[in-house]
Amino acid sequence: MQSNSLMACHDCDLLHRIDGHPEGGTSICSRCGAVLLSHKRNSLDRSLALTITGLILFVMANAYPLLAIKSGSLYRAATLMGSVEVLYAAGMWQIGLLVFLTAILFPLLDLLCRLYILIPLKMNRKPWKLSFIMSLNQTLNPWGMMDVFMLGILVSVVKLVKMMKVIPGVSLFAFMMLILVLAAIAAFFDPHLAWEKGEG
Amino acid sequence: MNPPLTARNVSMVPCHRCHLISQIPSDGKLSGMACPRCGAALHQRKPDSLNRTWALVIAAIVFYIPAMVLPISVTTTFAGAQSDTIMSGVIYFIHSGSWHIALVIFVASVLVPILKILILIFLLISVQVKSKWRPLDSTRLYRIIELIGKWSMVDIYVITLMAALIKLGGLASFDAGPAALYFGTMVVFTMFAAMSFDPRLIWDCMEENHDSG
Repeated sequence: MQSNSLMACHDCDLLHRIDGHPEGGTSICSRCGAVLLSHKRNSLDRSLALTITGLILFVMANAYPLLAIKSGSLYRAATLMGSVEVLYAAGMWQIGLLVFLTAILFPLLDLLCRLYILIPLKMNRKPWKLSFIMSLNQTLNPWGMMDVFMLGILVSVVKLVKMMKVIPGVSLFAFMMLILVLAAIAAFFDPHLAWEKGEG
Repeated sequence: MNPPLTARNVSMVPCHRCHLISQIPSDGKLSGMACPRCGAALHQRKPDSLNRTWALVIAAIVFYIPAMVLPISVTTTFAGAQSDTIMSGVIYFIHSGSWHIALVIFVASVLVPILKILILIFLLISVQVKSKWRPLDSTRLYRIIELIGKWSMVDIYVITLMAALIKLGGLASFDAGPAALYFGTMVVFTMFAAMSFDPRLIWDCMEENHDSG
């Protein structure tokens, strides 16, 4: 972090001179209260470790069934991708696409972008095409909705248990862990660090 | 009273992507300028923010109507097919005692989109009439809609899972209804609308007040 750096608040445009931002501290806009900078201790190591964890959990969350139902002799399990395929097969491909993008592809790309940025930074190198990857990451970020999907799973379970036996799948546990890991990545990943280290 | 020291008032422009501050050249021309660090096009404010936000808000309102009126799900059992709208689903869950499900669906699918649309209209109008009323609270309202927007999608995910699971041979099946598409599109529109609104416009109104006073 260079000292005496100028920053404009992204919410109200007020200029701030940030002198020696303390490690682990947060700088807040004096006029509108927006968070200007939030440096975390060991941001690089922690977010790299969490991103790798996230990718492993992502594979697990997609490889096994999320939920299964049992009613009499009938049994049916649903994976994440399988649910999208059911919508596609029923002719609701637009909804299927929306679910595929927001619950599978964008969260995956988000994790891969962060891994791509963090590994070279960890080795003190400048990531190739950093600007493009950072901007892709920032654009996709609001569209990754795995946490909303988790709430969707909970609502579905409560709806279904009244009618039939609901069996939680392996993926469900991976999914729950993944939500926590994604929230932690969002808290520890520091884009300013990436910009500053990636510059030189 | 002096105008507040904003980037715009001292001819500087922050990059929307990497937040690096650049000096605007003395001729004041910003068009075609790119951030020296990350190469993003520089803008003092989000381009055409008010028009784009209005267009997306109006599109969201148009899509909200069929999303509420048409059936969002169709349940087929041996007793016949039953269509449910979002509200009839909420009412069904109140009657069947699952008030917590009813609450989640009502808040996420009905209340949040309406609140988002109303807050955006309020913010757009207050910027257009150059209102200087409680800018801090307006900025907070903006942050709230940015935060809650995506949670409206929960109903789409519930329908996806129910449709995937309830395919019990000829006994029962569950399918997404036509409203699902309108609803999903409406949520996407409100998210784009929130992204295209620039909260700095709220604070610009305060400065125009300083100039005249």
